[in-house]
Amino acid sequence: MLNWLRSPATDTQISHGQRLWLYVISVIIMVLLVTPTLIVIPMSFSDSQYLEFPPEVWSTRWYQSYFGSSEWMQATRTSFKVAFLTMLVATPVGVLAAYGLHASRIRFVRAAFVLMITPMMVPVVLVAIGAFYAYVQLQILYTVTGLVLAHTVLALPLVVIVTGAALKGYDMSQEEAARGLGAPRWKAFLTITLPQIRFAVVTSALLSFLTSFDEVVVAMFISGGDNPTLTRNMFNALRDQIDPTIAAISTLMIFVTTVMMVLAGLFGSQKQKPKQ
Amino acid sequence: MQAQRLNEAGLRTDDRLERLRLFGLSSPAILLIMIILVIPVGWLFYVSFVGANGQFSLENYERMISRKSYGRIFTTTFQISFLTTGLCILIGYPLAYFMSQMPTRIANICLIAVLLPFWTSLLVRTYAWLVLLQRRGLVNEWGMSLGLWDEPIAIVHNVTGTLIGMVHIMLPFLILPVYSAMRAISDDYMKAASNLGATPRTAFWTVFFPLTLPGLFAGSLMVFILCLGFFVTPAVLGGGKVIMVSMQIVSNIELFVNWGAASALGVVLLVLTMIVLWIASRFVNLEQMTGGGR
Repeated sequence: MLNWLRSPATDTQISHGQRLWLYVISVIIMVLLVTPTLIVIPMSFSDSQYLEFPPEVWSTRWYQSYFGSSEWMQATRTSFKVAFLTMLVATPVGVLAAYGLHASRIRFVRAAFVLMITPMMVPVVLVAIGAFYAYVQLQILYTVTGLVLAHTVLALPLVVIVTGAALKGYDMSQEEAARGLGAPRWKAFLTITLPQIRFAVVTSALLSFLTSFDEVVVAMFISGGDNPTLTRNMFNALRDQIDPTIAAISTLMIFVTTVMMVLAGLFGSQKQKPKQ
Repeated sequence: MQAQRLNEAGLRTDDRLERLRLFGLSSPAILLIMIILVIPVGWLFYVSFVGANGQFSLENYERMISRKSYGRIFTTTFQISFLTTGLCILIGYPLAYFMSQMPTRIANICLIAVLLPFWTSLLVRTYAWLVLLQRRGLVNEWGMSLGLWDEPIAIVHNVTGTLIGMVHIMLPFLILPVYSAMRAISDDYMKAASNLGATPRTAFWTVFFPLTLPGLFAGSLMVFILCLGFFVTPAVLGGGKVIMVSMQIVSNIELFVNWGAASALGVVLLVLTMIVLWIASRFVNLEQMTGGGR
């Protein structure tokens, strides 16, 4: 141990001992980053209204209250439906846009790219009240269609950025070769380009799903009536009082996120993530 | 000769058409963003200049200047945003540095610690802090059993709680760009500095730190912009005591159904955001700012 402390940490002179403070605070920060989220899991199994940790009496009563409530179940179904449909719409639309911007080198490309990432930059509250207004005019307020369209707009920047980064690392002359050999452009894209950027496409799809599934502010305004989302109901419940049922729902949401992360790790290889 | 020139001209028009057609592939995305985002926000812009009597007026903006409560809201928003950004730099920079000094395998494990909260729902993380920080929450219980304080202290439903929650949520946005900037720095620079007689401290501050500034700048601005428009966490952890611009916009609509006031606030918020973005774009490119993972 002492030898390790005295040994050099890098090729410059500093030793592990001199850097010990850095190691200690870094570990503390990482623990603080991870635990607040994870501690909800054991707490959700506590029998107490105050969600003790560690729970003195274990119980699944908050899960029963969640699964037994038709309101929560309805909201969960809506959230999954909207997230899935958002993924199905945002991924192809975004991939096409990224491909279009990448392949056509005309003057507006830069401006179009800025437009594509505006949903990320505009404060989400503005997106929410803007969509609320537009949906009243279009008469799609409180509908699944409306939610999917708004969430698609929020997910598009991610799809365009992730797929665009992958296209930058892809050699377009392969597609030209295919076209030179007689393949039409769409066929060249589907058979040559798409398989090589598939990791980015899968990552984009999973991010779109999560963007929609986790979204709160827009859903607060344009979901409701028969179609409130899970997050909308959770947020409203949080404003009133701390309902322990939320701990159970949070645990399930962490589970969904983890599944998505594992899927991304399996099918969206590390290399294809946006490097920056 | 003539025929060849004609052919060239024909090919050029073909090429231009082809590029336009390719650009057309992005039209569904552009159309969606226009209909759902750009046009409605443009309408909000218009509404902000319409007074209660339906005529053009600046009353929505005048109210913002004349009423003290609005001044306070903007001050709070900027204070919280600055403090959050500052704390994120203080906490995030050392961790990013630590990760950049580790071998890739260990750094990737640390990266999971950063990405796990990043991917987890914002609402879930906010809720977790609410549970931990409440009067009978874990932090108070442990603090008292360790004898750090005697009575439950108020660490949620106020500025402290808001800051804790916001720093936790914003940290990954700072760490990821800083970390990738650090990874891009070649070891040789530090070796060279050391060879030339610099102590580790001097080498760090004169060679390493300046090279990480673009990443740090990109990350800080991203955090700052996100803070300016933040709603969920201050609404839940602030307990009504911390009122930020976006919360006032929501209550203007939900409680007072005053679109004029809400729109004017929204326009100011958007303009502020764009000014920060514009400053940012002079120093770093937008792709670098937004590409930080998620």
